[in-house]
Amino acid sequence: MSRNSTASLFAPEIVGPAVTASFKKLDPRALIKNPVMFAVWVVALLTTIIFVRDVASGGAELGFSFQIVLWLWFTLLFANFAEAVAEGRGKAQADSLRKVRSETEANLLTADGSIERLAGASLKVGDVVVVEAGEIIPADGEVIEGMASVNEAAITGESAPVIRESGGDRSAVTGGTQVLSDMIKVRVTAAAGSTFLDRMISLVEGAQRQKTPNEIALTILLAGMTLIFIFAVASIPSFVAYAGGQIGVIVLVALFVTLIPTTIGALLSAIGIAGMDRLVRFNVLAMSGRAVEAAGDVDTLLLDKTGTITLGNRQASEMIPVSGVTEQELADAAQIASLADETPEGRSIVVLAKERYGIRERDMASLKATFVPFTAQTRMSGVDMDASSVRKGAVDAVLRHVAEPAASAAYGSRVARAFSVGADAKAEQDVRSIAERVSKAGGTPLAVARDGRLLGVVHLKDIVKGGIRERFAELRRMGIRTVMITGDNPMTAAAIAAEAGVDDFLAEATPEDKLKLIRDEQAKGKLVAMCGDGTNDAPALAQADVGVAMNTGTVAAREAGNMVDLDSDPTKLIEIVEIGKQLLMTRGSLTTFSIANDVAKYFAIIPAMFAAVYPQLGALNVMGLSTPQSAILSAIVFNALIIVALIPLALKGVTYRAIGAGPLLRRNLAVYGLGGLIAPFIGIKLIDVVITTIGLA
Amino acid sequence: MTLNGWLQIAIYFAVLTALAAPLGRFMARTFDGERTFLTPVLGPIERGFYRVAGVDERTEQSWTGYAVAMLVFNAAGFFLLYAILRLQDVLPLNPQGMSALSPELAFNTAVSFATNTNWQNYGGESTLSYFSQMVGLTTQNFVSAATGVALLLAIIRGFARASAKTVGNFWVDMTRTTLYVLLPLSILLGLFLVWQGVPQNMAAYVDATTLEGAKQTISQGPAASQIAIKQLGTNGGGFWNANSAVPYENPTPLSNFVEMLAILLIPAALCVTFGRMVKDERQGWAIYAAMSVVFLACVAVSYWAEGSGNPLLHALGLSGGAMEGKEVRFGIANSSLWSVATTAASNGSVNAMHDSLTPLAGLMPILLMQLSEVIFGGVGSGLYGMLLYVIVAVFVAGLMVGRTPEYLGKKIEGREVKFALLGILVLPLFILGFMSIATVAPFGLSSVQDAGPHGFSEIMYLYSSSVGNNGSAFAGFTGNTPWYNITGGVSMLVGRYFMIIPVMAIAGALVAKKTAPASAGTFPTHGGLFVGLLVGVVIIVGGLTFFPALALGPIVEHLAMLAGQTF
Repeated sequence: MSRNSTASLFAPEIVGPAVTASFKKLDPRALIKNPVMFAVWVVALLTTIIFVRDVASGGAELGFSFQIVLWLWFTLLFANFAEAVAEGRGKAQADSLRKVRSETEANLLTADGSIERLAGASLKVGDVVVVEAGEIIPADGEVIEGMASVNEAAITGESAPVIRESGGDRSAVTGGTQVLSDMIKVRVTAAAGSTFLDRMISLVEGAQRQKTPNEIALTILLAGMTLIFIFAVASIPSFVAYAGGQIGVIVLVALFVTLIPTTIGALLSAIGIAGMDRLVRFNVLAMSGRAVEAAGDVDTLLLDKTGTITLGNRQASEMIPVSGVTEQELADAAQIASLADETPEGRSIVVLAKERYGIRERDMASLKATFVPFTAQTRMSGVDMDASSVRKGAVDAVLRHVAEPAASAAYGSRVARAFSVGADAKAEQDVRSIAERVSKAGGTPLAVARDGRLLGVVHLKDIVKGGIRERFAELRRMGIRTVMITGDNPMTAAAIAAEAGVDDFLAEATPEDKLKLIRDEQAKGKLVAMCGDGTNDAPALAQADVGVAMNTGTVAAREAGNMVDLDSDPTKLIEIVEIGKQLLMTRGSLTTFSIANDVAKYFAIIPAMFAAVYPQLGALNVMGLSTPQSAILSAIVFNALIIVALIPLALKGVTYRAIGAGPLLRRNLAVYGLGGLIAPFIGIKLIDVVITTIGLA
Repeated sequence: MTLNGWLQIAIYFAVLTALAAPLGRFMARTFDGERTFLTPVLGPIERGFYRVAGVDERTEQSWTGYAVAMLVFNAAGFFLLYAILRLQDVLPLNPQGMSALSPELAFNTAVSFATNTNWQNYGGESTLSYFSQMVGLTTQNFVSAATGVALLLAIIRGFARASAKTVGNFWVDMTRTTLYVLLPLSILLGLFLVWQGVPQNMAAYVDATTLEGAKQTISQGPAASQIAIKQLGTNGGGFWNANSAVPYENPTPLSNFVEMLAILLIPAALCVTFGRMVKDERQGWAIYAAMSVVFLACVAVSYWAEGSGNPLLHALGLSGGAMEGKEVRFGIANSSLWSVATTAASNGSVNAMHDSLTPLAGLMPILLMQLSEVIFGGVGSGLYGMLLYVIVAVFVAGLMVGRTPEYLGKKIEGREVKFALLGILVLPLFILGFMSIATVAPFGLSSVQDAGPHGFSEIMYLYSSSVGNNGSAFAGFTGNTPWYNITGGVSMLVGRYFMIIPVMAIAGALVAKKTAPASAGTFPTHGGLFVGLLVGVVIIVGGLTFFPALALGPIVEHLAMLAGQTF
């Protein structure tokens, strides 16, 4: 299943149901949440009644009235259609999700240790279930025993299986995913109906959609503007009466509907749904719309160094021998020490030795070597061979190792050693100074010793991801400060920070440090975003304004964050911020456009409306619209069609450009503000030409 | 139109700007309680007032406490003035033996002065005693202006402070505004006016025999002191009925220039004060620039329309600009400038009859009042009204940079938008609401002097002026009727307090918020872009509501005039 493909905006399978839904949504109980469209509904109903009465009593200008009434309902239907299309796109995703959630059976582990089979839907929080290879995990939960490979394609779209095991940071499992191997015991953490999958479905469907704070504020603004125009229009009959004329309700309604911000009113909820949808397409699941908005406001981004800024693993980049030792010699020893070392660092030493020094890979067995694995106590690894030993590891650990008499005694080199005390001291000094140099450059020094003799240092380098520097520069232009979080010492951290181009770093960071950093930033009035996966990240994730939990992470982390990244890719924070900004921008741009439209509509309708009492006002008919009727009709047709024309923009969103707020505002004001002033003059004129040509008015 | 006329307008604006900066900075220091050159003299007096009144100047109030103090104080001022007007026949200093005012006229006048509107349904020299003018009206001239400044200070502190609970102390802000700003400036201006020939005495009216042998009564009184504050405090209620067109109120071209400066001086300077108090003077200048753009555009239209004159008269062989209703002493440029300045600010004093302005020149004052007096506007009230528009502008456009909108580091959210709209909504509701009754009801139409669109404009002018708390009138219109006294009074109250309460609520909401530091992602609110945006929002949100009404009034009248049609 792939949810990343961008379905065509108006695919028939979406448009079909959306048309039906447009009519269903005419229900006033649904419309009342949207004050602008509700006002349109009320006046549409009113004019329909008046029209029916006029037909019955044989009133004048029935054709004109009929067209106005028709277009009023079209305005409403177009608005509903916009919302329905947005929802339809979400539903299409939800349906594919739902297929996954086919009825599962669960093996419940009862108190007496026996297994009871029951429907997955009847599981409660706290129940423990056993899932074996080939079975579907019945509910969200935490692995409490065992380890298994799990296929999470249903959620992430990624077909490579992932490992889930008890303890550690990879213990969360999601209902609907399939265990491929082994057996695990899972404690259920979400009851049926509130699982991850359920939440995801309801979010993309828009069923649980609550208005976000910014949406509420905008709705208030739109309701206020609607009220203002009620006053403006309702007072007109008196004014016309003063001038000795009278004016029909249908014309007043036409003016009213064109003046109130119907464009943004019609598209507002579609914009919100589309924003959530964009996020889900990006494989990020937001727990609320509020979180998406907050993402647009983020001032400070906390990024873990490993995996986000640097490739996860350090790689050997250089061999630096002490004086009197050749690089070749050092490389040879380092390679032997790493032959059995399966860590990425170890592999990278073997690769470097081969590529730069031409040392071919050797076989451990033919060397009769035994591997000495890394332990937390020794902080070294290496190999022991018949007459020799090689060690590599943390500089101080290796220095301690060579200082021990036993290290060399066992191999009969005590005599040689006795002669070279001076040389040893020199080598030790060399290693220390090389190590410091490496650290300063942001690398990790790995000392290498053979038979108790220091040979030199392997420079393990953190490889900064390609293009990350440009991304940070882009963030800086957005006004977002990046802070790198790392467990490295300050010296190493500073070097990597400089190389990656982050604004600041937090070295030797503990979870408490992270939490404190977030609180400090927030105290300065900033909004902070971070991502994390471990249980110890949970407090910081909860404290951050935008906390993105990795899907591979623990249940605690997932609960604490307000977004979950299904791909577990920390760099996505940057895209999340852009999506948040895009959502707000789209709302602002369409609001501006909608309000700016009013100027042209006034110039179309006012001269037409007052033509009978004051023909002089014809001078305001700058568009040269042919008749009063065609002018009013053109305005209302334009008002309805512009909704349809802007649906693609509402769904796709206004493109965000990281060019700084000033230039961005200038650009958007030019396009949507100035464009909003000018476009309706052209549009209304064109519609007038068409209407007049085909003789509608 | 003459080059001389344009030059006078340019000089006026240059001098205004030059004076606004130092006065604005002085006020910022004063309101922050810092020492200024006046502190040695006025400091002891200020502290004396607090001791007598039992006010602790260091205790501050929450927005509700501040608002209640303001309302109580204003109510007391209203009742005191009402009592004085109703009892003026038995009170002292009444050499002409003026009788007491009728209840509805006293109500209208008391409301009008308490709300800083100063609508003149009374005729100064023919209705009021010296006691009523000095103790009643002049007092309100000071304190209603000071109230406006105090309210402005509350909302400025809302922006300037972070995570706080209090917005200041109303009594302290009132006292400082009156004592350090209004009083010294009024004394200076009063002395200047006396030098120019404005009377300042308690004498009875003087009878003179004119050259034709007719008897003329020349009224006297303590005029200079009252005229000074009526100009400075954007009050506008004249000592005489014909206001600053009377030679005694405005004797010379120089007095005219200085009085015009006094109209806009404090409102303009408060922009600078605002910038200073929010620690970024550029923010204040941006608002000043937005106000100036609209102001100068209106002056230009007005002067162009007046200078071009009336084609109907040209056809009769009368060339030149429109001189009807103008003092020959001042001419067209100075009358146009005054008419725009006095309605941009909520002053309302006049030096020419606005009723006689050509239709487009008459449109400018009406539009400025309908924009809710935010182009400089009333002392304090103009700027806090403008801040409501700023909130709307920032909210709409701020979204376009992809962030929750912010202004001066404060996030603009639902609550602020709600109250800002409430404050802006009240104006069209009452202006258009009362208009739609008055334009059809006999009791409304009976006061109208002229037929056709001009009569319509007269009604529109009255309610725009009342709700906007301006106080000027299209002369010719009979405002002193029960219907207009009462609806006018209600309009003034609504226009003042229904805007103040939302402003205070916003101040309270803002002051509690954190201040977010500016970054490259926050859009700058001190550049030309923001100025243009603000102007656009003021015109579209504030002005478009009235477009149908304006089309049926001045606009159609203008088009009819061009077509040679009369009504």
